[in-house]
Amino acid sequence: MVRVMAQMGMVMNLDKCIGCHTCSVTCKQAWTNRAGTEYVWFNNVETRPGQGYPRRYEDQEKWRGGWTLNRSGRLSLKAGGRLKKLFTLFSSPVQPELGDYYEPWTYDYSTLINAPLGDDFPVARPKSLITGEDTKVTWSANWDDNLGGAPGAGHLDPLVEKVRKESEDRIKFEFEQTFMFYLPRICEHCLNPSCMASCPSGAIYKREEDGIVLVDQDRCRGWRQCITGCPYKKIYFNHKSGKAEKCTLCYPRVEVGLPTVCAETCVGRLRYLGLFLYDADAVTAAASTPDEKDLYEAQLDLILDPTDPEVLAAAREQGIPEDWLDAARRSPVYALAKKYRVALPLHPEYRTMPMVWYVPPLSPVTDLLKEQGHDAEDPGTLFGAIDALRIPLEYLAELFTAGDVDVVEGVLMKLAAMRSYMRAITLGQEPDASIPEAVGMTEESVYEMYRLMGVAKYDERYVIPKAHVEDAHQLEEIGCSLDYDEGPGMYGPLGEASGRPVPVAVETFQALRDRQTADHAASEESLRGRVNLLNWDGNGRPSGLFPEPGSATADPAGSTTVTDEQQ
Amino acid sequence: MDIVLWGVLPYLVIATLVLGTIWRYRYDKFGWTTRSSQLYESRLLRIGSPMFHFGILVVVVGHVVGLVIPESWTEALGITETMYHGNALFWGALAGICTLTGLIILIYRRRKTGPVFMATTNNDKVMYVVLTGALILGLWTTLVSFAQGHDAHNYRETVSPWFRSIFMLQPDVEAMAAATLPFHIHILVGMLLFAVWPFTRLVHAFTAPLHYLFRPYIVYRSRDLTHGSRAQRPGWQPTGTQDRERGSVR
Repeated sequence: MVRVMAQMGMVMNLDKCIGCHTCSVTCKQAWTNRAGTEYVWFNNVETRPGQGYPRRYEDQEKWRGGWTLNRSGRLSLKAGGRLKKLFTLFSSPVQPELGDYYEPWTYDYSTLINAPLGDDFPVARPKSLITGEDTKVTWSANWDDNLGGAPGAGHLDPLVEKVRKESEDRIKFEFEQTFMFYLPRICEHCLNPSCMASCPSGAIYKREEDGIVLVDQDRCRGWRQCITGCPYKKIYFNHKSGKAEKCTLCYPRVEVGLPTVCAETCVGRLRYLGLFLYDADAVTAAASTPDEKDLYEAQLDLILDPTDPEVLAAAREQGIPEDWLDAARRSPVYALAKKYRVALPLHPEYRTMPMVWYVPPLSPVTDLLKEQGHDAEDPGTLFGAIDALRIPLEYLAELFTAGDVDVVEGVLMKLAAMRSYMRAITLGQEPDASIPEAVGMTEESVYEMYRLMGVAKYDERYVIPKAHVEDAHQLEEIGCSLDYDEGPGMYGPLGEASGRPVPVAVETFQALRDRQTADHAASEESLRGRVNLLNWDGNGRPSGLFPEPGSATADPAGSTTVTDEQQ
Repeated sequence: MDIVLWGVLPYLVIATLVLGTIWRYRYDKFGWTTRSSQLYESRLLRIGSPMFHFGILVVVVGHVVGLVIPESWTEALGITETMYHGNALFWGALAGICTLTGLIILIYRRRKTGPVFMATTNNDKVMYVVLTGALILGLWTTLVSFAQGHDAHNYRETVSPWFRSIFMLQPDVEAMAAATLPFHIHILVGMLLFAVWPFTRLVHAFTAPLHYLFRPYIVYRSRDLTHGSRAQRPGWQPTGTQDRERGSVR
């Protein structure tokens, strides 16, 4: 019997990403808008080709993140085993410094207002948030956004380096003409996380229920081995608290059935959230697959079919609730990753079995065709172009399939087929059944895939089962936030900030849901003349926001009128 | 006076150390960290920190051997007083100098690197004074012994019996009072160091992650076991059996 576990996963459709950074900004506002985490971006958006954040994090020969196979073919941490880690504990050998991220800064805005009258405009000088001194802004989390500086620094992208080397330097830097896309990145919530394996304290854990990887802040001792261990460099060091912090997949939201902040606020609606069922006992074996190029397949094999009765029986055996199994059946991430096979894992060669998947972008190809005057939706042209554009394909393959170009090509073909097939339907022409056939799909499955990727309704993008109601007393955030020992009003012996932390979620789930789904102003129903401003969306004028018009005009007598009515 | 210093003070220090550590662990797990500054600077840290830490580990081992193992035991093994002292002084001086050099590098780095100095609290500064004091005084006793050669004060007949007697709850005050002044001062500062220990960043030493060698690489934790961020209150335990709590509708 397989040990079935549920994993909350995400898929991002890169074709839709416009690089607006809304996800990064809302995530930062929600989670890392604090001292000590100025440079921390749980979610960041990188322009590819580009160096990424922190700079060149994908160069694992330097940063030594992830896993590797040792001489006997066993999985081992690339940065070294347990003993080596303990011996190098006093000074972590390959931890990125602030310079590899950037020195966070603010501006001295007050001089704009306080500067004495003079001939020159006052200037708000940049001030370092680390030292408080004047600083020179030289880099940031998205400094090379939109290929900024690519002619000078484009070759510093580790993947460009690799692709070039493999094509024997034939290629000049043509990327800026042919090829650019955005890559939003969060923590991968891996099935085989190397950050967790690197943590000397055992503070990083994977939740059994939904697979979210979290850092126990009370157990973290700041040994910072996880930062080296994570090949995606998605664990950050809070330099004020001295603890590791990472993307939480917005677990307080996910527990109550809401999508993560980055997904909810995504302008392009490119993110999908849903469940995978996987075989937990097979993870290590899959991650030990000898050939890097087979890792993608091995990872797909871990993921179990949620409609298979045997899988369901095993899942029930493991105590996975029925509504979770239902959510797994409707999971959009399962559909994109395994059913249609259009979503690919980011850098499977790190052997961490990442659970944030990406639909590779077709748009650079179609854009190029359009510019050259071709019909970008014509299947013949499109299929031919995908095949001809080897550079982008090789680059994408370095990102998503450990260099296996055929897999990426297959995915792009499917996306191209979907475009061409659906265009005929949209234009009222006879759909060409040979197009789906050419990429090994049926007409129905192409249409379903189009529904999921093109129409992308909210309920279909996010299929998030709530953490169990029967378990409500055990939930991390759902309980009433006032009635427990160290809650607000209950202070530790050393004042407000001592003792245990107060839960993250403030607003109630119901109020938020009402506000988001209602087509009328919030709190329209009478609240006996009272309005909760916390839940007011600024929309309309809920009754009770202002005194009754009648009572306002007849001021002294008004109050008596109201009392009369109540009686 | 001797009774207060060598008979009463040690117990106060032990009480502060033990109770302080328990209190800190109970109420400030979040603050229990090394507060690493490697993010700001790692060039000097790479030299200074391992020097200091490996040095101090040797120093700790030296102290344990010197204080805990009675002289009669080593003599029974055929190790003469001269042999023992020669070795102890040599290794002690080596480790002490290594530790001190590392500490000096670290303190220099802390003072000269802007961000690192910014992240240094008053608590840290006090701790550094006490720690450096204890180190230098300890090294001083070693060097004085070196200089005196065979006439050196044998702390294994004074300090060590006193140290062991503390834990027998019958402090041998006379033995300690007979030790020389450098030892007296070193031990007083040492006691101060242990008294402030639970309240400084030094606590990280108490959670040295040796269990890392034995734990599985992948850690699964259930919400059920942790009961979330709110502690279970007595009298409010949910009804039901273990399998009903998982909420599975079978």
